[in-house]
Amino acid sequence: MPVTTIAGHDVHVDDEGFLTSPQEWSPELARTLAQNIGIELTDEHMKVIEFLRKDYAQTGETATIRRVQTVGGFPTKQLFQLFPKKPAKKMAYIAGLPKPHGCV
Amino acid sequence: MTATQTQPVVPSFDDEETGRKLAIIISKGTLDMAYPGLVLGNAALGEGVEVDLFFTFWGFDLITRKTMHDLKFTMLGNTATHMPQGLGGLPGMTTLATSRLKRSIAEVGVPEVPDFLELVKDSGARLWACRMSADMNHITEADLYEGVDGIISAADFIEKTEGAQLLFI
Repeated sequence: MPVTTIAGHDVHVDDEGFLTSPQEWSPELARTLAQNIGIELTDEHMKVIEFLRKDYAQTGETATIRRVQTVGGFPTKQLFQLFPKKPAKKMAYIAGLPKPHGCV
Repeated sequence: MTATQTQPVVPSFDDEETGRKLAIIISKGTLDMAYPGLVLGNAALGEGVEVDLFFTFWGFDLITRKTMHDLKFTMLGNTATHMPQGLGGLPGMTTLATSRLKRSIAEVGVPEVPDFLELVKDSGARLWACRMSADMNHITEADLYEGVDGIISAADFIEKTEGAQLLFI
């Protein structure tokens, strides 16, 4: 399991760069993670990220797009606008969570 | 083993701009056969792949307002249920099998067909209705789900999906 330095913090990541210890995440770190993949974090982004963090703490699984829409209340179109092309993976990466496993 | 990287490890989400496209032809109208195309199309959209769905023959039931809320699953002719075929012909069996399947699908968090169409539409899919199927059944755009982009000929669909990978269901 590689350790990488992001924004001055040593964090554990998997081979692709996803954080493997959610407790090493912080909102400040999220800003840098987002920049790494070309996203400038806004309050709108952070609301989604906070939902993902909260949902993961409760369920132990990263929410899928469908769950972010139905449980979190964020419209699918908005998610594709905020995290273009691969929203599920990008949201999970910035939130310091594993990639979602669900099919839908 | 732990190794500290000097360069941060960053996922390469957009590195490969492949321009990948997927065209899915949905030709079946049973509840069980509605899902494979929708699930795979939705997965492709989530990976940044362009997706076109073409509804033809019985697949028209998925996008026709009158039928889209009421697709059914039948055990008849489906040996994968591992039940005696005669059972499927008993009165009420299709209704029972349909409600069981709907429950199983809902349990894994997958939406019903109309909601699923909205999900793929919102994710950027284009939905096309087959001209021939529409003419055969005397169906116009007014009879179709509002997310359908148009009624087009097979030739138009082939033209629109040039270079796409194709999936026939």
